[in-house]
Amino acid sequence: MSRRRGLFQPLSLVLGFAFLYLPILSMMFFSFNNSRLVTVWDAANSPTLKWYVKLFENDQLLDAAFLSVKVGVMTATGAVILGTLAGLVLARFGPFRGRAILSGLTTAPLVMPEVITGLSMLLLFVAVEQAFGWPAGRGQMTITLAHITFTMAYVTVIVQSRLAGFDDSLEEAAMDLGARPVTVFIRVTMPLIAPAILAGWLLAFTLSWDDVVISQFTSGPGASTLPVYIFSKVRRGVSPDVNALATMLVLTVAIVVFVGAWIMRRQERKRDREIQLAIAENK
Amino acid sequence: MKSVDRRAKPILTPAKARLAAGRMGPLWLLLFRLAPPSWSDYVIKHWSGRGFVVAVPYLWLLLFFTAPFLIVLKISFSERLIAMPPYEPLFGWVDDIPVVLEWSFSSVMAFLSSIEVYADLDKYEFLLKNTLYIESYVYSIWVAAVSAFWCLMIGYPMAYAMARCTPTWRNVLLLLVMLPSFTSFLLRVYAWMGLLKSNGVINNVLLALGIIDEPLTMMNTDFAVYIGIVYSYLPFMILPLYTNLEKHDPTLLEAAADLGARPVKAFLTVTLPLSMSGIVAGFLLVFIPAVGEYVIPSLLGPTDQLMIGRVLSDEFFNNGDWPVASAVAVVMLVLLVGPIMAFQYFQSRGAEEERK
Repeated sequence: MSRRRGLFQPLSLVLGFAFLYLPILSMMFFSFNNSRLVTVWDAANSPTLKWYVKLFENDQLLDAAFLSVKVGVMTATGAVILGTLAGLVLARFGPFRGRAILSGLTTAPLVMPEVITGLSMLLLFVAVEQAFGWPAGRGQMTITLAHITFTMAYVTVIVQSRLAGFDDSLEEAAMDLGARPVTVFIRVTMPLIAPAILAGWLLAFTLSWDDVVISQFTSGPGASTLPVYIFSKVRRGVSPDVNALATMLVLTVAIVVFVGAWIMRRQERKRDREIQLAIAENK
Repeated sequence: MKSVDRRAKPILTPAKARLAAGRMGPLWLLLFRLAPPSWSDYVIKHWSGRGFVVAVPYLWLLLFFTAPFLIVLKISFSERLIAMPPYEPLFGWVDDIPVVLEWSFSSVMAFLSSIEVYADLDKYEFLLKNTLYIESYVYSIWVAAVSAFWCLMIGYPMAYAMARCTPTWRNVLLLLVMLPSFTSFLLRVYAWMGLLKSNGVINNVLLALGIIDEPLTMMNTDFAVYIGIVYSYLPFMILPLYTNLEKHDPTLLEAAADLGARPVKAFLTVTLPLSMSGIVAGFLLVFIPAVGEYVIPSLLGPTDQLMIGRVLSDEFFNNGDWPVASAVAVVMLVLLVGPIMAFQYFQSRGAEEERK
């Protein structure tokens, strides 16, 4: 029994992770290929960095990347504010009228097909523009509003599950000591859920940074985000500079995620140690 | 209009009513009438800070998530126009805008009877009679279901093995599962274009090894779509399964073994039933978004058989037919309401189990 388990489980992990990572590694490998044919290795002139150099000469791409960063930062900030409020309401406010609807509204965007969300957002913006003259045209503003709406659901889930991990005794203690609700939130609840808020911000940013479909619906001419630009390019086939771009993006994300995970782990350990110390002192 | 009682004190002056009865007219008038006189007192008394905290995300979601669906529904009933926006309004006035001076039955009837409704179900009839659309729906559901099944087949052993690892390894593996989904979804689909095309990596390797004599056609086939979806959505299958399997008590399997159950039987009678909610959640988390998938079939899929997400965006962007695109979206949503509700149910049940 143990022999079979000992072989089957590592094998499934190795094959599974190979499936997850080999395509990305192959894409990164061929970004150093000199040939235009991308996947046919030109042994004579490779490896080369020429596709990386080309990226920085492409103004259209740089503009799109800059727009994506702007939208991503605004989206993540907005989504964190709204998602934290929603998570707080769902985790701490107990039953109230309309709770079920709010809970449904926050989980529905998680599974809603993007084409439906994108189409409905665009139609909303058009209808509102017709009625009130705002937002005039579509661009940065409309993309951001749409992104906040679909990413706040993720922040809500993260914050809610983090809050569910603590009982509310600390908050109640602060209330008993006479703190007003806002003070309790800022001084007690916020520090407790800070890792969740940070994780939510990063997740909202990556989701916004990565989104193709909703951006395509809600962006106007002249305002395309990086994924929209890449999508229009790769629809015509593989191209070597996209491989170079992908390599840079994947490496950046990998570094950010690993550093983030490491920092959070350290914080968590520090907090645990402090709690242990506090318990030991009070004994 | 003629039936208005002039002796009663007018609620709205005709000028104001005319203004209000513009675009949102009927709605404003109704709200104005329904609001209790002590409305502001009510707001002050009941809307404390707590109410405000509830209201902000609530209103945002109502405005940006619910209202858009109503607009989609509305446009799906209207006729196409060559204009901007390219659809006709659903309502219009017969002649002059009637002014409501007194909230009596007859004046309301006069008001309502002057509204002309242009809504029709043409678009839905068109969808249901056109085999192209029906085939696309069936094809999308089939592709999504097959992909979700293969996700389960690959993801379950991985999640199971991860849940058996030491805590340190678990965190590392979990991070490794999540990591690809943090990198660009689009670029991961793109990576498969390089692997699958006729002079791509897989064909080159197989040719070099002498396993095949001529390149296999893998791009623009159903197979490529399955690969793309399974690859992109695999983390969404593994995570719910892992969170479920991790909580299982290993002593249950030991007890089963002590009672003489062989490993396979113990797995089938203990682990599998206990992980059912994880399986359902993972399956739906893959299936629902995959039905409307647009990017993967656009890049990898066949060009003669379109998935419904592609049909929707073609109708919208290429044909500029907003009403048909809206009707396609509405029908897709109707088809997905069942799975979405099931997902919500399992989600909240899982959350409650955690609380206990």
